[in-house]
Amino acid sequence: MGKVINIQPITRIEGHAKVAIHLDDDGNVADTQMHMQALRGFEKFVEGRPAEEMPRIVCHICGICPWAHHLASSKAGDACFGVTPPPAAVKLRRLMQMVAYVGDKLLNFYFLAAPDFVIGPDADYSVRNVVGIIDAAPDIAKQVVHLRHLAAQILENFAGRAIHPTFSMPGGVSKPMTESERSEIQGHAKELLDFAQFTIKFAKENVFAKYMDAIQNLGVIKVGHIGTVTDDGALDFYDGKLRLMKPDGTYDDFASDEYLDYIGEHVEPWSYQKFPYAKAWGQGFALDLSNPAGIYRSNCLARINVCDKMATPLAQAELEEFRANFGRPAHFTLLYHYARLIELVQCAEHMMQLLEDPEITNPDIRTKIEPRAGRGVGCVEAPRGTLIHDYETDDQGLITKANLIVGTTHNNAAMNLSVKQTAMELIKDGNYDQGILNKVEMAIRAYDP
Amino acid sequence: MPVKVAEEWLNACSGCEISILNIGDALLGLLPELNFVHIPVLIDHKYFGQTGDGKTLEIPEADVGIVSGGVRNEENKHILEEMRAKTKILIALGSCAANGGIPAQANMFTKDDVFEKVFRSSPSTDPAPDPDHPNVPKWLDSCMALDEVVKIDVTIPGCPPHPDWIVDAITALLEGKTSWSLPERSVCDTCPVIREEKSGGGAVKRCFENLEFDPEAGLDKMRCINEQNFLCLGPVTLAGCAGKTGVPRCVQARTPCRGCFGPIRKGARPMVDMMGAMTSVGLDPKTVVDRRAIMNRYIGAHGNLRPLPARPVRR
Repeated sequence: MGKVINIQPITRIEGHAKVAIHLDDDGNVADTQMHMQALRGFEKFVEGRPAEEMPRIVCHICGICPWAHHLASSKAGDACFGVTPPPAAVKLRRLMQMVAYVGDKLLNFYFLAAPDFVIGPDADYSVRNVVGIIDAAPDIAKQVVHLRHLAAQILENFAGRAIHPTFSMPGGVSKPMTESERSEIQGHAKELLDFAQFTIKFAKENVFAKYMDAIQNLGVIKVGHIGTVTDDGALDFYDGKLRLMKPDGTYDDFASDEYLDYIGEHVEPWSYQKFPYAKAWGQGFALDLSNPAGIYRSNCLARINVCDKMATPLAQAELEEFRANFGRPAHFTLLYHYARLIELVQCAEHMMQLLEDPEITNPDIRTKIEPRAGRGVGCVEAPRGTLIHDYETDDQGLITKANLIVGTTHNNAAMNLSVKQTAMELIKDGNYDQGILNKVEMAIRAYDP
Repeated sequence: MPVKVAEEWLNACSGCEISILNIGDALLGLLPELNFVHIPVLIDHKYFGQTGDGKTLEIPEADVGIVSGGVRNEENKHILEEMRAKTKILIALGSCAANGGIPAQANMFTKDDVFEKVFRSSPSTDPAPDPDHPNVPKWLDSCMALDEVVKIDVTIPGCPPHPDWIVDAITALLEGKTSWSLPERSVCDTCPVIREEKSGGGAVKRCFENLEFDPEAGLDKMRCINEQNFLCLGPVTLAGCAGKTGVPRCVQARTPCRGCFGPIRKGARPMVDMMGAMTSVGLDPKTVVDRRAIMNRYIGAHGNLRPLPARPVRR
């Protein structure tokens, strides 16, 4: 056995991981592993907690997508207590989700992903970062900082907190939106929509066109996809049926509370993160690059592959252009960056639609709940993929069991395959440099873990 | 001359790092003053050199170190010790670093309880032995705050800390100061609600229904949350969540405080003090459901939360 190349920490992602690339005696790649090193144990330590407190506990799973956990947990709580939140509460939950996601997608594209493309994948690490972006494109950087802050301010001014919210809970939300709050947010939201449109145009012209070669080669794998769609097949972030698509594009639809029939989780001794797989396909699980079994992807590329259409007109036009170029399902891994920006447009448009909805200011925003024993599966599309919160409660409404499958976890197997594909493609006869190792990381960053 | 800064996250969620990025327009003015030599969320500096050939984990020397997250595993501890060794002033950023934060709720359970649940008794998981590999860091016995492992110079609490305080603390250090802290005030000291020093009396209500308030009117027209019979940890929690201006964030959302900024002063006993505060407005502290966990929600390190004995002792 030859040497092991360790890339640690994986950077410009939102967690703790390292990659080990094992070379054989000739210096070619024998095997690779992406080790997920963090485990906090939420599934255990929420046992005994009151279900109505859960949305403000589990949001701490992720400081980048706290709103996704906050809402999935609220929905699981709705089901445990057997209540339906009033329509205005659902619209306010959706609105906050969209504002948070616009901020998240801007963060990912400009701060985390763009350095590889705008500064260049082989550039020295001391300039291949957000500070380099600020130097290279100061006007755009200024706008990104300003608009991300604006999105955070919308959340904070209305819902109290942008990070780790307390606004939503089983039965609805904590406060209604007044007319004056609505009109103030509307003005800001328009700025975000304009910038979303600018961003996708900028990226198509200056990034994706320039990197077509990398897109076609880096991290490419052919596996399945998962996402959430409405009854008429449109991409939805808050509610709908789950769609699990095979690599060939055929799919099964199912209700979120049936997830245990479709998804299993495999454990490997070398990672704290589990490996969800499509149990329903009956192939078991195999992390085999030439013949993967049970492996599917989540997050934006998966979502725009499984949906029949986007839910809003500008985003739909973008999807049509994307599909004309890359087909359905699209498999190139770096297209995650493109898909993310198509979703950015939908999130911004949907935000505007919700603000124009007369019902958004209806003061009826909370259904009173009574403790009872129950089970609830709350599912939303988090920025990083299908998020499943499955709770059981006792007759006092305290959590007895919780099972969580979070967005990025679905991508664990796929990221491992993309790492292996990239390493095998680029490292030959023992030759590698920091640029090549950064490209291995680019295959991971596409998934925005 | 820019100040060299190294940043790390341990047993954390990345919310503190997002709070740094949420500084807003001032961020662009601040960044050139700070020379980040290591910050995994933004910059690709690697522990073992850029091609991974180094033999030991190394973080570059820096004037200021910032660490978010608590200490959960052996690697967290090792990185924290390296940060302490390489930085002149070490900042604990956020509730996890200061007091354990939400992940320290795990201190109510043993490691075996947690691993058994995650890897063998989740309904979607194919049961398997605990992960065991040199690249998967072993858990320590509990989730610790940073000052249980190394000396900390400055603590910026909060979950997440408000960007105002991050700027304030860093600016103070840029000016050559070597310490910084928030004033010792309670959330109630900064909360504009109406207080009459009495509640409806008796049992504490769970959040099954919303607070009573007029959405068109400000918080100064809303009755104190404890006095509405709901549990609010404002009386025993350090103020500052809303930054330099503004009202407490959770109260702004018309929801009760759960204590994310931690105790008002070192050595305080928030649980004991909160029972006193409740009694003083006529509430019965014994009626708080899940009392131990809720009153220690963000402060489970420092031995505040421990596994209960297997057999509960009967009174």
